[in-house]
Amino acid sequence: MQADDKQQAHYRQLLRRHVPRPPVARNTLLAFLVGGSICAVSQIFMNTYLRHGLSPEKAGALTAVTVVFIGAALTALGLYDEIVRVAGMGGSLPISGFSNSVVAPAMEFRREGWVLGVGARIFTIAGPVVTFGLLASILIGAGYLVFHLPLPR
Amino acid sequence: MPEVATAAPAQPTQRRNGATLLFEHAHVTGAASIAGPVEGRGPLGGHFDELAPDQLMGQRSWERAESHLLARAFSRLCDRLHLQKGDFDLLLAGDLLNQTVASAFAARDLDLPFCGLYNACATFAEALGLAAALCDAGFCRRVAVGTSSHHEAAERQYRFPTEFGSQRPPSAQWTATGAVMVAVESAAAQRAEARITAFTPGRVIDYGVKDPFQMGAAMAPAAADTLAIHLGDLRRGASDYGVIYTGDLARVGVPLCEELLRARGYDLRLHDCGTELFDPEHQDVHAGGSGAACSALVFAARLLPGLRGGDYGRICLCSTGSLHSTTTYQQGESIPAVAHALTLEATSAG
Repeated sequence: MQADDKQQAHYRQLLRRHVPRPPVARNTLLAFLVGGSICAVSQIFMNTYLRHGLSPEKAGALTAVTVVFIGAALTALGLYDEIVRVAGMGGSLPISGFSNSVVAPAMEFRREGWVLGVGARIFTIAGPVVTFGLLASILIGAGYLVFHLPLPR
Repeated sequence: MPEVATAAPAQPTQRRNGATLLFEHAHVTGAASIAGPVEGRGPLGGHFDELAPDQLMGQRSWERAESHLLARAFSRLCDRLHLQKGDFDLLLAGDLLNQTVASAFAARDLDLPFCGLYNACATFAEALGLAAALCDAGFCRRVAVGTSSHHEAAERQYRFPTEFGSQRPPSAQWTATGAVMVAVESAAAQRAEARITAFTPGRVIDYGVKDPFQMGAAMAPAAADTLAIHLGDLRRGASDYGVIYTGDLARVGVPLCEELLRARGYDLRLHDCGTELFDPEHQDVHAGGSGAACSALVFAARLLPGLRGGDYGRICLCSTGSLHSTTTYQQGESIPAVAHALTLEATSAG
């Protein structure tokens, strides 16, 4: 039986009273602390690479590679999902979270084989990020082309 | 909600009142339960027949592990009752996996006539009620009833890969890992542990909840509807029951269901299998447990022993299931839900 609009509206009112709200202040604080810590650790890597004579561009790239590797390793050890459970976007948003979103399906769907499992489903979660990231870069590139803007260095 | 009419009154017979089937010859003669490691650390941990050491149990996939749980519960049941698998006339089983493969693959090794059932987390009460009907009508002497669920297998099917990190809202529920097999018999002689005396198959109810992290809220109206019909058909109230259990409404759904029932004139204090399977203070399961094994595990670990030991004279179990799939909610459909209610009585009371 599908409840009619009036019943559904009445039920939604009931839900407002009974459904618990997420602890936003606590979640935000934890996201800030954990996300901030990931960034601070990344900065330590960056500074170390710079001190060893790498150009800022190369040091930045190497830092990203390092954090992706750490995210992948923590995913493989079954720890990264525990971090995100506590930290939310503080764990998802850094590039280590992107790494987790690629490595987790690769591990999960390995049992369906290399091609239809890992190959086909590795971007199950990261796919939309890649798709819409590409789309955004095309649109911005087209904007530069049309308005003859100087390309950023 | 109060406007909902009760189910169209069918021709009353001796064996049926309204939507409720009445049984005289349906006995539960035993149950065997296996729970996962998280369930094992919960408040009922000491009451399961076996605890799985980990989620994989030496199998090569979560799905195989779930099948293995169900098959193992069956062999434990046979051991407990000193029966061979050929002593059962029929196997009724169901689970949450697509095409109910956990049950079907377990049945492959059991060599029994098999009817696979799916009503999500309401499958346990559905199977138990149907088994009681088949035994009471004389079609079967002994039926094996089983359900299973597996946390990781359900996560990867319904939500995300198991190692993917995500933060869930407080109303989310935790799919239980475990399997239960129950023997239902027509003539139980000395060994009956309880009698199944009434079964109300519920209607599918949809109050427009669309969020799969709100399953308790989606299922509460179905539970209220079935419980009101069950008690109405039997002309009973809260005082006639030792305890009334819902399946897996959890901490969000229980107060909603109680409020909907109050609007229909039933002032009930509900217990919930999803709330009691885990310890919400020390286990991070959010609103509580869910899964096809959830109400089955609590039945095997708490309700059946309670009936057998004389703690309860009569109980009601109303398993609840939300009937969505990943396809339907991604397409923006709301979540239809169903609940099936059973009355069980201690044998001494009969």
